[in-house]
Amino acid sequence: MKHQYRVLAVALAGAVALGAAGILRADEVLIRGAKVHTVSERGTLDRADVLVRDGLIAAVGSGLVAGAGATVVDAQGRSLTPGLFGGITALGIEEVEQEPSTVDRSTVYGDGGHGGGFEPRPEFDVTVAYNPGSVAIGVNRVEGITFAMVAPTALPDGTMFAGQGALARLDDQPDPFVAGSRTLFVDLGANATASSGKSRAAQFMLIEQATRESRPGTPPRDGDLRLLTPTGREVLARYLAGGRIAFSVERAADIRQVLAWSERNGVRPVIVGGAQAWQVAPLLAKAHVPVVLDPLVDLPGTFDQLGASMENAALLHRAGVPITFAHFVAPTANARKVRQAAGVAVAHGLPWDAALTALTATPAEVFGAGKELGRIAPGYAADLVLWSGDPLEVTTVAEQVWIGGRPQSMRSRQSELRDRYLPHAPKSGGM
Amino acid sequence: MFACGALAAGEPYPSTYQPHAGSPIIIRNATVLDGTGKRIDGADVLMRDGRIVAVGPGLDGANATAIDAQGRWVTPGLIDVHSHLGVYASPGVNASQDGNEATDPVTAGVWAEHSVWPQDPGFETALAGGVTTLQVLPGSANLIGGRGVTLRNVHATTYQAMKFPGAPQGLKMACGENPKRVYGSKDRAPSTRMGNVAGYRQAFADAQDYQRQQEKYAAELAAFERKKGKHKAKDGVEDAVAPVPPKRDLRLETLVAAMKGEVRVHVHCYRADEMATMLDLAREFNFKIAAFHHGVEAYKISERLAQEGVCGALWADWWGFKMEAYDGIWENLAFVDAPRNGCAIVHSDSAEGIQRLNQEAAKGMARGQRAGLDIPPERAIRWVTSNPARALGIADRVGTLEPGKLADVVVWNRDPFSVYALPDLVYIDGAVAYDRKAPPAKPASDFLLGQPAVGAP
Repeated sequence: MKHQYRVLAVALAGAVALGAAGILRADEVLIRGAKVHTVSERGTLDRADVLVRDGLIAAVGSGLVAGAGATVVDAQGRSLTPGLFGGITALGIEEVEQEPSTVDRSTVYGDGGHGGGFEPRPEFDVTVAYNPGSVAIGVNRVEGITFAMVAPTALPDGTMFAGQGALARLDDQPDPFVAGSRTLFVDLGANATASSGKSRAAQFMLIEQATRESRPGTPPRDGDLRLLTPTGREVLARYLAGGRIAFSVERAADIRQVLAWSERNGVRPVIVGGAQAWQVAPLLAKAHVPVVLDPLVDLPGTFDQLGASMENAALLHRAGVPITFAHFVAPTANARKVRQAAGVAVAHGLPWDAALTALTATPAEVFGAGKELGRIAPGYAADLVLWSGDPLEVTTVAEQVWIGGRPQSMRSRQSELRDRYLPHAPKSGGM
Repeated sequence: MFACGALAAGEPYPSTYQPHAGSPIIIRNATVLDGTGKRIDGADVLMRDGRIVAVGPGLDGANATAIDAQGRWVTPGLIDVHSHLGVYASPGVNASQDGNEATDPVTAGVWAEHSVWPQDPGFETALAGGVTTLQVLPGSANLIGGRGVTLRNVHATTYQAMKFPGAPQGLKMACGENPKRVYGSKDRAPSTRMGNVAGYRQAFADAQDYQRQQEKYAAELAAFERKKGKHKAKDGVEDAVAPVPPKRDLRLETLVAAMKGEVRVHVHCYRADEMATMLDLAREFNFKIAAFHHGVEAYKISERLAQEGVCGALWADWWGFKMEAYDGIWENLAFVDAPRNGCAIVHSDSAEGIQRLNQEAAKGMARGQRAGLDIPPERAIRWVTSNPARALGIADRVGTLEPGKLADVVVWNRDPFSVYALPDLVYIDGAVAYDRKAPPAKPASDFLLGQPAVGAP
């Protein structure tokens, strides 16, 4: 079969007229004539304009006018969405998952759990290890992923208190973490039993003990057996005062326990995983507890996931449970796969608008950035993506990504490799 | 029909697969991607007696049950060359980690089929994704991990009843990080890439020696039979001594079968330089590599692969989870497909990915198009149909909708190169294996029976 070859640069530049690269100012950007998915009460606006000033959305409407010197982009009717959430990842704290020298997402003390040593460190905070120059960030950013939870991971043989993470905006700023997004991560259920007492019951026992000793008014006495360090107790106490704790948990029975414990302790829980969450959807909806799920999980990887279903997202949404998405297989390298996962959820009954909301406004709200990120509305950060087609479609690509109103480079290490090995165009009359 | 040295003694562990007897069916007015590279709009597909009879507009479908496929698309059943369904089943409990015999770097004597658990729920989710045939392989812990088996994706109580009749077995080999990590961490060889290669070479050298013994024995036996015959012709004097056959060595038997081309060699290999080394190994020991699997860097040697007639069985977008996957790019499938005789295959290696091979192909197609390559859907569908059939040595039976082929057919609710596409109907041997509008009331897997499920009472 004969192929047609085009000049690559033309194909990639698309219709985005950005002017001369390098002299762009972030001050004002006007994106004209886009199909604007506002993810707000205004819904989707056909052929609308978005005006960006000082990194924020200044106005959304028609016939908007930019000041002199502004960058004007003709969207030609293409879809514009808020930047997408990449899920619960180790972006910036992990370069190559299986290469330990590049991984900073987990910690284990003592004997590493091999002899039952339980040394939980809720004070472990991965954000100090964040590297905005990570190749994995660039590779995902060019796919429209503009923010993600940078989260610690509990090792299978480690502590069930994984530590703390936060939402990062994925541009190259040195401190990209969103204020108020700090979250404590706790692993429960079948996957975390190895060094936390080898039983779910022991996990809840240890949580209860750590909670009690962290409560103000219970100072240590000589000879007390303490689970946490003084810093760890301080940190946990902060979360017990209305903080956000993300529980990695799959089983309906365990979700019920988490809800009950959270209510007793004044904690705002987030369920991560939740393969059986559809079974307790009314309970989650009533408590307004969100679920971060992977819509592609429809097989029982463990007994905790029996009943896993493609319809999990749709059922939870229908019941009124706030949902957002993450991909749980190589979640850092593959953060970009959440977009496909959202599309698959749509194919299995989730309304399209709900799927986009689950990738934008909901994760922002769930993790404390609901007034800054995830919508195209005045005052929100101008973290935007212009798409070549339906934003959830696998054949669609991001044409241009903006973070804080600044156009991001649409090249990555992968596009460098691609261009180096681009098949040669056939010589005229040849082949 | 298929080279099969063992048949003389009766094929061991034979297939007991029986196609379901279906009545004639005609699918009307579909957009057909036939797997040969052709797209036919407004076409009918006629199947009878488990075979494709004809594809084209306005077929005579007298006596056939008609399916109106207006607005829908039809493709051959999808084929996955790289699955661990059944050997790494769901749930992934300790009791069923049966995919890697990680006790020796060369376990060419093991057969993946002997680990297959037919109740793996992953088979039915793959079927709902349009997969009608799949090769189940051993894992990649070992340099030479054992034989793979090609299965029809039908529910059965035994794997033999799924086994694709007459399909050649595969041989799983692995390059790179996995074998050297698994054995290096046990303080034994291999612990380096050069140790890996020495391991393959010694194994095949041993197999050559074994083959010589077998040939010597065959020659001695033939001489004995001749001599015996002559004596009998005279006056029944029996003085010749029968030669003693060499002891069977299951490991070396598999490698000899690979060198004879009876077992098709599938090599897990990420890096371009290591693939080139494996091509040299194949030359040294005179065997043919059917496909490199994973092949994250296959795009760097796409011309060479095409020239050697070796397929690249690839993911659309997996990258970066280990060093040898660091150079992954979206365009890998498209670049491997591009040269004359290029053979790109979408493989899954995943119980999740196998459910959406069409979407993986769509991603590769779209990125290839963006890079300037002309890849229409009728070309890209080959990556999940006829190309894997070629790599598995079953292209004369499945992988396209040509008349005479087995009637493995998927009716999609829309263009399959979409995230929203779902199979409405899946036929295996002309019989309905899956119907999205009339899903079975109970799961096929015995394991799932009585377990929590959406919609269960």
